[in-house]
Amino acid sequence: MSVFPYAVAGWIFLVGVYGLATSRNLVHAVGCLSVAQSATYVLLLAVGYRRGGTAPVFSDTPTTASVVDPVVQALALTDVVVGATVTALLLALVVQTAKRHGTTDPDELHELKG
Amino acid sequence: MSRRVRMGVLAAGLLATAALFVTAFLDMPHFGGAWHPYGDRAVQASVNRRTANTVSAVNFDQRGFDTLGEESILFASVLGTVVLLRQARDERTRAPRPGPVPAALRRYGLVALPATLLIGLYVIAHGQLSPGGGFQGGVVVATALHLLYIAVDYPALERIRPLGLYEVGDAVGEAAYVVLGVAGLLAGSAYLANVLPFGTFNTLSSGGTVPLLNAAVGLEVASAVVVLLARFLVQALEIEGGDGGKEQAA
Repeated sequence: MSVFPYAVAGWIFLVGVYGLATSRNLVHAVGCLSVAQSATYVLLLAVGYRRGGTAPVFSDTPTTASVVDPVVQALALTDVVVGATVTALLLALVVQTAKRHGTTDPDELHELKG
Repeated sequence: MSRRVRMGVLAAGLLATAALFVTAFLDMPHFGGAWHPYGDRAVQASVNRRTANTVSAVNFDQRGFDTLGEESILFASVLGTVVLLRQARDERTRAPRPGPVPAALRRYGLVALPATLLIGLYVIAHGQLSPGGGFQGGVVVATALHLLYIAVDYPALERIRPLGLYEVGDAVGEAAYVVLGVAGLLAGSAYLANVLPFGTFNTLSSGGTVPLLNAAVGLEVASAVVVLLARFLVQALEIEGGDGGKEQAA
């Protein structure tokens, strides 16, 4: 069962991509992209887990304590921040698309309009 | 491409990716194992530099240059959103109407606002000691300001939120990070090197440049979130009309 957490991360990614490809609404598509991206958090934290390890913060634990990998946690942290702002940027694009084309269905957006 | 063909292509792509994942996962180190070469070295380096929160040490000391890149993505995204959500030539603005707010919500908001603000600043200031730091604390501070919008109304939020100042704050936060990096060069070391005295382990002034970089990031993130939400609020509450506009129910 030691690959199970990795498999969960892979499954989340594939589900997100499936939703993205079959989406009928741009807001839904942005949500699916966030789901696909969140697979990286699960994968990173699964890679860094150490059985019996505690949080890698030594303000109230001795520095000899067994801790989980802080490198992947730092990667996940910046990933969350960047993901949130990129989602905001994409939603801003959706707002403008809805205004200019009057639709948020990607299948109805056939051509570029000025 | 018809829907049938599209689903076929999608299924092939998903199955191939799933197969690649399975092959890769079977070869990866076992979940929960004791072998973490990078983690062990990062913890050692963090303790040597007297930073109790190793995640902050990784982000702002060992991978400081990388975090500059992440911060720049954030800065660029906010800039892009501001440009995208500006008022178009064929749109008008209207004054937002204040709505009724239940008295209980108002009381809750006014109690929660100062507490949330304080927690946000605490989280930024203690980034080198306890879980948290500039990224997390910045979001909490920005959230605190928006409690005013929920508890009172939009004009009240606008009064305490001179938007120009927050746009400057965003840029100053980004610039402060770059300048702190140059300080490393001037001190005769590398860019973004931790050149300040490391201080005493587990005290507020420990970690060298880590708390300063945390403060720069906290300023940028708090300002960035305020600017971002302001743009979306203006779209929802103030801007109306436009030739292509079929939505605008708000």
